[in-house]
Amino acid sequence: MQRDQIRNLISILDLSVDEINGLIDVANDIDQHPERYQEACRHKQLATLFFEPSTRTRLSFESAMLSLGGSVLGFSSANSSSAAKGESVSDTVRTVGNYADIIAMRHPKEGAPMIASQHTVVPIINAGDGGHFHPTQTLTDLLTISRKKGRLSDMTIGLCGDLKFGRTVHSLIEATLRYPNIRYILISPEELRVPEYMIDELKEAGADFEEVTDLEAAMPQLDILYMTRIQKERFFNEEDYLRLKDTYILTPDKLKNAKSDLSILHPLPRVNEISVKVDEDPRACYFYQTLCGKQIRMALILFLLGIHPEEQA
Amino acid sequence: MNIDGVTTGIVLDHIQAGKSMEIYEYLGLDKLQSCVAVIQNVRSAKYGKKDIIKIDELIDLNLDVLGYFDPNITVNYIKDGKLLEKKHLALPDRLTDVLHCKNPRCITSCEQEIPHVFELVDREKKIYRCIYCDTQVRV
Ligand SMILES: [Zn+2]
Repeated sequence: MQRDQIRNLISILDLSVDEINGLIDVANDIDQHPERYQEACRHKQLATLFFEPSTRTRLSFESAMLSLGGSVLGFSSANSSSAAKGESVSDTVRTVGNYADIIAMRHPKEGAPMIASQHTVVPIINAGDGGHFHPTQTLTDLLTISRKKGRLSDMTIGLCGDLKFGRTVHSLIEATLRYPNIRYILISPEELRVPEYMIDELKEAGADFEEVTDLEAAMPQLDILYMTRIQKERFFNEEDYLRLKDTYILTPDKLKNAKSDLSILHPLPRVNEISVKVDEDPRACYFYQTLCGKQIRMALILFLLGIHPEEQA
Repeated sequence: MNIDGVTTGIVLDHIQAGKSMEIYEYLGLDKLQSCVAVIQNVRSAKYGKKDIIKIDELIDLNLDVLGYFDPNITVNYIKDGKLLEKKHLALPDRLTDVLHCKNPRCITSCEQEIPHVFELVDREKKIYRCIYCDTQVRV
């Protein structure tokens, strides 16, 4: 196959709205009829090339492929890979492209999956590149929202926590901007506000948004609350981190004025930004999200490999 | 257009005053055997002052790089005293190994052999974007 005919997923914007809606339909069909898919990727291999560890994401990909009847190979940290010996991304991919049918790659450097896609005819899925993109997380978020709300339009989304460095936040905004009538409430400490270029994108799209610092005050308006972690490594000094990390902890108390059909999402892993007491609340969707994450990855693998078991149903 | 002194060669006209030496060096004109004239602070009706470079030879110029340096330059190709072609430059859509990505998390920061490629995202504001990590630079 020619390289320009290969579909990759480097950024969420590589997929059209129609394609995303199609993936959501397949993921829903997988949920209803898993047996239709259990042999779909027989004799196909997924390589998970994780140049930095992310057990959660890797397991999600591997579980997705195994549930499609395929098999998996790969490595889970740069230490155990040829990268430790100084091999380039392009050389690694040229080699692995001869073993596997599809590759999921995580890399600490931004743009590494894009380089990979230029050196193989095997589809590349970006499983996270530095602070840049993590499109399968965004697909997971979209599937979760669509299942919980029955739509991806007409709602108020509150994004809370580290909005400056939180790549999942930026991708979710970029993805949902393409759906009609979404309002954004951007809740963060002053220091971790959404970067200027995102504000420009919101303005350019004519989106309705406001930036606030008070989570509780915003709560009654929200249909979706997307919580993110305030990461220690984002701060220059310990003092700033300690001062800010507890500011936006979600507790049952802060939820008392929330809508009864609010959905609380979080890309996980959680540290302490959501109290464990919230886990029992039916509005907590963050563990349900991991199921959505597996099913949308199944749909994505099928899409990129051009396999359509749902058509035979 | 005054093409005095060049019968066959290239005249770079309308260079922003003061920029000609930078362009001279970048194009490596010092390595040419043929005659090269750098004329600075020429009066111009349009720009007030401008620089001009005259090269007594038809050489291959990277017009993308030249357009990046100064999009207002006009390039005149002259043969046997006649104007062969006049090219108006513009900021190029794509630059390879001209701008360098300064994002320490960019893949180009650790793999030396990868070309630094930038794409023009906003012609008016002169903003380029690294195709790998999306870091934007204003030129
Ligand atoms: Zn870059």
